[in-house]
Amino acid sequence: MGMKTDIELIDKKGLRLDGRKPDELRPIKIEAGVLKRADGSAYLEWGKNKVLAAVYGPREAHPRHLQKSNKAIVQVRYNMAPFSVGDRKRPGPDRRSVEISKITSEALEHVVMTELFPRSSIDVFIEVLQANAGTRCAGLTAASVALADAGIPMKDIVVGVAAGKVDDVVVLDLGKEEDNYGQADVPMGIIPRTGEIVLLQMDGDMTQDELFKAMEMSIGAADYIYGLQKDALRRRYEMIAAEEKEEMEEVEQ
Amino acid sequence: MSEKIVSEILRDYIHNSLEEGKRIDGRGYDEYRDIKIETNIIESAEGSARVHIGNTDVLAGIKMTVGSPFPDTPNVGVMTTNAELIPMAAPTFESGPPDPKSIELSRVVDRGLREGHAVDMEKLVIKEGELVWIMFIDIHILDYDGNLFDAAALAAMSALASATVPASQFAGQYPDYDLGEDFPMPVKNYPIMSTFVKIKDIILVDPGLEEENVADARLSVSTDSEGRVRAMQKGLNGGFSYPEIQDIVRKATEKGNELRDILKKSL
Amino acid sequence: MSEEKIEVKRELVLPGDLIGEGEMRPGMGAYAQDGKIYAAQIGIKNISRNYVNVFPLKGHYMPKFGDKVIGIITEMSANSWLVDINSPYPAPLHVNEVPWKVDFGDTGKYLKVGDVVLLKVAGIDEAKHVKVTMKDQGLRKLTGGSIMEISAYKVPRVIGKGGSMINLLKEHTQCRIFVGQNGRIWIDGDVDGISLAMRAIKMIDENAHMIGLTDKVREFLEKESKEIGK
Repeated sequence: MGMKTDIELIDKKGLRLDGRKPDELRPIKIEAGVLKRADGSAYLEWGKNKVLAAVYGPREAHPRHLQKSNKAIVQVRYNMAPFSVGDRKRPGPDRRSVEISKITSEALEHVVMTELFPRSSIDVFIEVLQANAGTRCAGLTAASVALADAGIPMKDIVVGVAAGKVDDVVVLDLGKEEDNYGQADVPMGIIPRTGEIVLLQMDGDMTQDELFKAMEMSIGAADYIYGLQKDALRRRYEMIAAEEKEEMEEVEQ
Repeated sequence: MSEKIVSEILRDYIHNSLEEGKRIDGRGYDEYRDIKIETNIIESAEGSARVHIGNTDVLAGIKMTVGSPFPDTPNVGVMTTNAELIPMAAPTFESGPPDPKSIELSRVVDRGLREGHAVDMEKLVIKEGELVWIMFIDIHILDYDGNLFDAAALAAMSALASATVPASQFAGQYPDYDLGEDFPMPVKNYPIMSTFVKIKDIILVDPGLEEENVADARLSVSTDSEGRVRAMQKGLNGGFSYPEIQDIVRKATEKGNELRDILKKSL
Repeated sequence: MSEEKIEVKRELVLPGDLIGEGEMRPGMGAYAQDGKIYAAQIGIKNISRNYVNVFPLKGHYMPKFGDKVIGIITEMSANSWLVDINSPYPAPLHVNEVPWKVDFGDTGKYLKVGDVVLLKVAGIDEAKHVKVTMKDQGLRKLTGGSIMEISAYKVPRVIGKGGSMINLLKEHTQCRIFVGQNGRIWIDGDVDGISLAMRAIKMIDENAHMIGLTDKVREFLEKESKEIGK
């Protein structure tokens, strides 16, 4: 945030570097159930971001001392692959990854029905394969789909989305240059149905009005992303549903 | 990495099937599972490839930068290989610093490429003794269903074979040197690794997960297009007889050629 | 015996989907919020009396009292074993819960790591501590044959109404087949029969898009068993 540049991030027609209008999202594609070993998984492309999320659980908590006697813990590991960024990133967690892992885990814990699985752990792995700004929101969005794909009981699916400020204009879903040279970034995690906000960060410089406008933009976009998440799950499970429903009718007679 | 307990029953079932000449997934002793190779899928990397062997899924990415050569080899570029068994790939993989299995995998894949002269490292010199290309090969195991060695080696080789050295991107940082335009990775050879396991004296290629879990011994052999042997690694705590090793080396050459054809078709 | 093709609207629901309100109450896989009922898991919506349920399509086996399960011994101590019952909760098996008189420290003489056992869930508390026992009819160490795992939710499908599917499998493969409630299945017979049974069960577990699955499985078994001379 806040690096100096001569680039015009918003042109005279009000369009951004990649041609988007201020309230436009980058293209998003989601696929559920892409890995064999993991209990649940999702692959997501968001603009040029490529993120893979996987879930194991509920399973025995490791290390054991983190176990809670009355509920499950949700452990998230957000990681960027060394080849995901311009300058190769050394393998292993850095402080940024640890922070993102923590806030993502807190967001997901709000929706997962942890009381159903005392003493266990629900492990969520988010791997950024290609990064282009907004990876924590992409990660949270993918992780929610992976949790549902794993059959983990949850109140709802969480949407990750960010808005910010660039050249004094409030814009939705910052791209890479906007993230580097812009004035503010506000990543959020939202449950569209209830409007609850389960992840919120901000860095930069905004007036209160600008901040509220940014948040409203994100809330407005959340429904669309939620639709894509549900679509991905439906596509994966529609076929299985046909057979299961039949079997149930049989068993009930 | 914690080990999964294999049941006696499954172990016996695999043995009994082999006694009747059958592998549990119906393959022949010398048959690989379906292999799928996709290249250039990660734009942020200078080269990339995703390989599936059966359900084993591996992604390799190549990143390049410019820097000083190693003092004892001033006339070649630098290559480093790192493989990560990331925890999403299997319930038994744990987060944390590299464990012996990932270190072994990294080093063996590296050996196959390096000794197999996959890349002409002399062509990665900008100015001898001063400035060379430094290449990082990072291998991410995404889904583990047996035979990581072959999948990782194939992913790394495919990524190299389709990579571009980003000379133009660094030219501005080093105005005193002539970096020139982007050029394709100077690939010289296509060494291919082929892995075999021994279960009750029967030698099988491309072990699946269950087979790997009950195998007595394992041997990975990297060969080039002339059938020359470039790297080998024996694993697990059983043993091989000399004739068994000869047999494996010959088969590895054949299989190497088959896989090399698949690789070349995918480029 | 074929299924009746019932014209039903398949209703796949996802977490957060609204599935009921008013007089309805939340059953399995559902929860209530502000007088409305929502799905908590991916599954099929089902209404039974005034309960709205979601029959889950995915998820790990959660042990229930009385379930017969197939376990694998993973650890042993001087007076107990630890059993993997394919669930988030490993189950301790105490020497008091086996049919033999085991002296302190002699556990390894009776059951060792890797052994496969047929057990019953004898108890489970709110903190999901599971107790298993081998002291009941038919419970024992299993030997020979092969074992495989499917999703616990598919177990009723593999058994079929009145045992229709499992009898079909047994008939055509000439194998003994025992389906644990925890999704582990033990199959005993000759190598060809076991392989055929495993492939047919995998077909049931994975082939989600087939309508009239029992008929398709029968066709598959008839064709394959002829080829292997059964």
